[in-house]
Amino acid sequence: MTTPEPALVLDCLGRRCPLPVIELARRIDAVEPGAVIGVLADDPAARLDIPAWCRMRQQEYLGEAEAPGGPLYLIRRTPA
Amino acid sequence: MSPGSVVAVPAQVPEPARGPAPRPAAAAPTYLDAAAAAPLHPVARQALLAALDDGWADPARLYGAARRSRLLLDGARAAVADCLGARPDEVSFTASGTQAVHLAVLGGLAGRRRSGDRLVHSAVEHSSVLHAAERHAAAGGSVESVPVDRLGRVSPAAFAAAVGRPGTALASLMSANHEVGTVQPVAAAAAACAGAGVPLHVDAAQSVGRVPVPPGWSMLTASAHKWGGPPGVGVLVVCTGTRWVSPVPADEREGGRVPGAENVPAIVAAAAALRARLSEMDAEAARLRPLVDLIRGRVAATVPDVEVVGDPTDRLPHLVTFSCLYVDGEVLLHELDRLGFAVSSGSSCTSSTVTPSHVLAAMGVLSHGNVRVSLHRDSTEADVHRFLDVLPGVVAELRAAAGVTGL
Repeated sequence: MTTPEPALVLDCLGRRCPLPVIELARRIDAVEPGAVIGVLADDPAARLDIPAWCRMRQQEYLGEAEAPGGPLYLIRRTPA
Repeated sequence: MSPGSVVAVPAQVPEPARGPAPRPAAAAPTYLDAAAAAPLHPVARQALLAALDDGWADPARLYGAARRSRLLLDGARAAVADCLGARPDEVSFTASGTQAVHLAVLGGLAGRRRSGDRLVHSAVEHSSVLHAAERHAAAGGSVESVPVDRLGRVSPAAFAAAVGRPGTALASLMSANHEVGTVQPVAAAAAACAGAGVPLHVDAAQSVGRVPVPPGWSMLTASAHKWGGPPGVGVLVVCTGTRWVSPVPADEREGGRVPGAENVPAIVAAAAALRARLSEMDAEAARLRPLVDLIRGRVAATVPDVEVVGDPTDRLPHLVTFSCLYVDGEVLLHELDRLGFAVSSGSSCTSSTVTPSHVLAAMGVLSHGNVRVSLHRDSTEADVHRFLDVLPGVVAELRAAAGVTGL
């Protein structure tokens, strides 16, 4: 599987839930509709909360990739 | 100090006839965490006090006081067996529901060692099952955890397939989930286990005294303080014919299943509470179910960005769980406690644990900002309305304080 290249990566390492999700919500509009935003988060709850947020906010959750420091969660901003 | 002064104190407290009205925080807290521990049933309190007088002696001895203890213990065992559809010699009392689960799972596996070393359980079992499974795996055994759907229910077909794989020694499935209330397909699991010749352990801790437990299990465990008995009493039922070998050093107590002297007064109270609960069970379920439905509906309607989790209909009558987006669950619980509401959380955001609730994780639902409300026989409609009246404001304030409004 090819990993889509994120237009922006949010470094949330060391921040516990729900802060990574809050950061994602604050910054998603910084990428163009249809572009990918990544969240680097080592709080294990992020694995649940980021897909759940995508479901609640109608954003597309693409999955996670390995990255230095922790998992990188990838989200595609819903095309306008 | 004279003994009389102790009882004289309350009479000297003046009536608060004048002065400021009592603050809301001074009101008695509203206890909404029955799934952790239900308040002691009044029948249990009476039985406990009586049994402290008559049941303090060691029931294994041969003198009069011991025989009185033995009679009380035997009576309690017969009553609990009757309530659970078991025979008295199949019922053992433990020190907790957790201990009962450990003994059921590890003893059931030990008894079936020649048939295989596989344990099958659902992904949302109580931590006591998971801890026993970890112990089994650490000793070289194999474990299969069967996933659940978004509502928290295991698929009967997937569970049956797991049970049918070669080498399965034991299956464990809860009657209903302790965090989200979803009822599990116990009858289907029991049929699958019977077909595969695998014993089924049912952890009925959240169901006994609340809803009927389907038949077909080989072992059943429960916990008295969930049904209004005192804390410190669990029940382990091992059906006749079920292979079981004690995983701990055994003695002659409790049919060789639970070592150590029994807490007879607490067991007597637990049995009395269970009898009383069963006599009022249907009426209580019918009273509490609409209140839980009310909470599910009102929370979803009045709190923005909330996920009400668990099956909306096929569920326990007294328990409801929801997660509030962007809210720290621990902070929410503290705030509700400050306002006089005792509720619980499966949230990961606590200082003591860094892993999300394995139940919410298995369901794939929001794990933070989680609140579990569970009702009991003293819970009133007014309690529920008070909670529902304050909750939206509390969540809104916490979101405003965190700067996440409008996200």
